[in-house]
Amino acid sequence: MRYLPLTDRDRRDMLAAIGVDSIDALFADVPDAARLPDLLDLPTAKGELEVERLLSQMAARNIPAGSVPFFVGGGAYRHHIPAAVDHLVQRGEFLTSYTPYQPELAQGTLQYLFEFQTQVALLTGMEVANASLYDGATACAEAVMMANRLTRRGKAVLSGGLHPHYREVCETYARFVGFDLAVQDPLPDGDEDLAGLLGRDISCVVVQSPDFFGEIRDYSGLARTCHDAGALLVVVVTEILSLGAICPPGEMGADIVAAEGQSLGNALNFGGPHLGLFASRNKFVRQMPGRLAGQTVDADGRRGWVLTLSTREQHIRREKATSNICTNSGLCALAFTIHLTLLGETGLTRLARLNHAAAVTLAERLGRIPGIRILNRAFFNEFALRLPRPATAVVDALAEKGVLAGIPVSRLYPERTELANTLLVAVTETVTPDDMDRFEREIGEALS
Amino acid sequence: MNDWSRALSNRAVEDLAIPATTAGGNRGLQIEEKLIFEQDSPGRCGVDLIEAPSFRARLGGLERQGVIGLPGLSEPQVVRHFTRLSQKNYAIDSGLYPLGSCTMKHNPRLNEKLARLPGFADIHPLQPASTVPGALALIDTLAHWLKILTGMPAIALSPGAGAHGELCGIMSIRAALEARGERRSRVLVPESAHGTNPATAAACGYSVDSVAGNRRGRVDVAVLKATLDADVAALMLTNPNTCGLFEDQILEIAAAVHEAGAFFYCDGANFNAIVGRVRPADLGIDCMHLNLHKTFSTPHGGGGPGSGPVALAGNLAAYAPLPWLVHGPDGLELVEHKQNQALRAIGRLKGFHGQMGMFVRALAYMMSHGADGLRQVAEDAVLNANYLRVRLENDLSVSFPGPCMHEALFDDGFLKDTGITTLDFAKALIDEGYHPMTVYFPLVVHGALLIEPTETESKASLDEFADTLKALAAKARSGEAAGFRAAPRWTPRRRLDETAAARKPILRWDPATVDRQAEK
Repeated sequence: MRYLPLTDRDRRDMLAAIGVDSIDALFADVPDAARLPDLLDLPTAKGELEVERLLSQMAARNIPAGSVPFFVGGGAYRHHIPAAVDHLVQRGEFLTSYTPYQPELAQGTLQYLFEFQTQVALLTGMEVANASLYDGATACAEAVMMANRLTRRGKAVLSGGLHPHYREVCETYARFVGFDLAVQDPLPDGDEDLAGLLGRDISCVVVQSPDFFGEIRDYSGLARTCHDAGALLVVVVTEILSLGAICPPGEMGADIVAAEGQSLGNALNFGGPHLGLFASRNKFVRQMPGRLAGQTVDADGRRGWVLTLSTREQHIRREKATSNICTNSGLCALAFTIHLTLLGETGLTRLARLNHAAAVTLAERLGRIPGIRILNRAFFNEFALRLPRPATAVVDALAEKGVLAGIPVSRLYPERTELANTLLVAVTETVTPDDMDRFEREIGEALS
Repeated sequence: MNDWSRALSNRAVEDLAIPATTAGGNRGLQIEEKLIFEQDSPGRCGVDLIEAPSFRARLGGLERQGVIGLPGLSEPQVVRHFTRLSQKNYAIDSGLYPLGSCTMKHNPRLNEKLARLPGFADIHPLQPASTVPGALALIDTLAHWLKILTGMPAIALSPGAGAHGELCGIMSIRAALEARGERRSRVLVPESAHGTNPATAAACGYSVDSVAGNRRGRVDVAVLKATLDADVAALMLTNPNTCGLFEDQILEIAAAVHEAGAFFYCDGANFNAIVGRVRPADLGIDCMHLNLHKTFSTPHGGGGPGSGPVALAGNLAAYAPLPWLVHGPDGLELVEHKQNQALRAIGRLKGFHGQMGMFVRALAYMMSHGADGLRQVAEDAVLNANYLRVRLENDLSVSFPGPCMHEALFDDGFLKDTGITTLDFAKALIDEGYHPMTVYFPLVVHGALLIEPTETESKASLDEFADTLKALAAKARSGEAAGFRAAPRWTPRRRLDETAAARKPILRWDPATVDRQAEK
């Protein structure tokens, strides 16, 4: 077995040094009834060639986004990732290191986490960001629980524009952690009265920007109303690239931002691993979940980095921790940071503009097709269409023609018949003019 | 707590310290590296992008105003920056990484290659299921391997890491109890448990009762039985436990837990010790998370991403979180909503379908080893740990007698009266070129040193490590405390002041903090 360095002779010598005559002696504490005498019913060891062949065959049965005109978003976006990102992420010193609990041996990881936290804070317009959570959806649930702790209240209002998976994760946590939710209906082409739901029991209002249907909204007024009512405003961002073009949540008055960072540096990966981003106002930092890298000095007075404020965390605080999270998305955060460093201010804003331009172009073309109505007034790189027929059938028909046309909203809201004809379309910089031509032609034919 | 300040106040230590004396502060291969924000040149960019054609923006008047503050660097600068940062890290690729309870084993590069195949990496979780049959087949195959290895009938795949798997398990247990019309309020956690266990139980609304261990480093079954009653929802037990010992009375423990109507949750962080030799189902376990980033070698990545699938017994399977992958009449079907057979599911725990990138790596790892190789993994992991235990038993203080499993626990008895702490000893080990073992955990022995070599270390590597530890222990006994307190001296940074970091947190770059630092 290529991964196991011990030879049979080593094993014999080591058993002798230990003073036992067989490996079984070292498993003597296992009750007889639980000892497996034989190998389990699974295939035996395989060489690289065979494993690669088997898994490549599985991979070949899927249609990769890059092989077709591709317009699927809904919280996971296909962007071009510069080659340097994956090269650097695969350096063994990053890839095969552990959580930086021994800071003298992990200044590389700690410094990039400090840079990552700064980038996330700048992008979101917030004062402080943590070193990542699992994904945007769990970050959203953590944000609600943090708001509950900060306000000592137990009920959150969830906008109908919140990604349905994020809402569902909040609902699961609410049931078992023990808090209440006021969940609003999805309104792809209308406005909600969230301020009207505020009351003495509400800890926070959770909105998304752009919302699940792609609509960009100004939450400044809502933020003020929340604060007047003693509640916090939580803003969720599922397309972090949008912050290269639109007003950041911090400037709108958000208290906590929970976001998905996959768009920068990270592949679609069929939904995971992705990257939970979490930012807040400075005064709330001691109630934050997850790890934080902080600046300090070493014994010679030189600048260095450590994990800090760990009295919030489970390994120190145990049942009194702010969250049970331990492992987070470190390497995805690194990919994010490298990609964003390559982009810089100029590249990020230009990339955001490219996305918006492509989306506006396609929306205008699709909007001219009889029977299709664009539901958005303002959007970034994703918008919602109302079709004359159920969107699932249209998406399936286009998939047959080799176009992955977007997300039928009914896949996420199967019980809502009023959304059956709604299609969510994302357009990034990876979409070519030819891709748009194909989409326009095929959807026109499918609807005719 | 870090006691670096003692090092500064001690003259003798000062004399030993070797400060950077080169003109620029670099020391050979140790190169100082500024923050990206300190390498900024406005307008510079590491990516060439075309200009957007002219178009009518539809941002609704919410255009971002003003400068974001992101620095401008070219590609060569970015590559050099992150390469230099990487060189300040220790890694399993560069050396033995004996962190107990963390299973830092070799990460095969085949797994990285396969996870990056476009057919896995470049597919979207919400593209039509008909366009991803291979992805569903991979998840199903992974689940099959995990079911056979655990002996459990169901696997919940979506949890993002071990602690998330714990949440999944405890939520499922609570749902099962509620379905029985019971609302129990306590969860029992042995005092040697990982911090995530009590944190998870508390997050799910349970009060946490600690269960004392016995003098053999295991759960005291008499104490456990006395603590169990009709108000206990679950016992959360790590097996092998965090002392590196197999809970030899585990069948009796399981019976007692079940007798009380409670569920038996197992923290599977230490599954590497028994994979292929013992099935958790045969131990009476109802529910166990598996850290794919430990036992099945998906890389730790400096703190993640991980993956924490949960194996569920028949009495809990119906409560598994969504999505489910089921065998339907037309092949594999992804159940994403609470309908029909999934009505009792606890709901969704994470966006989309789980950590696919980790599933690919873990399956490649399992297929490479096969049933035979995985059993050998457990045997070699246990053999390596016992070999170190025996080689070190006269120099360090073994906490509990008898064979250990995949990790060996020592306490700071051997440092008694030396003036050297476990932390000092660990930092001195850094100067010897090793990442320290886990220190001060578990909490059940004083000044713990928990060593987990894993099966991917050679005998020669273990011998070198043991020789180094023996030499360090001898040095400690000979009264060289000052040298230990000054360690590490050969790292990019010496001991870092964690107290100051927490007292006045600086959690992001801004020009003001740089100035403040310069005034020091």
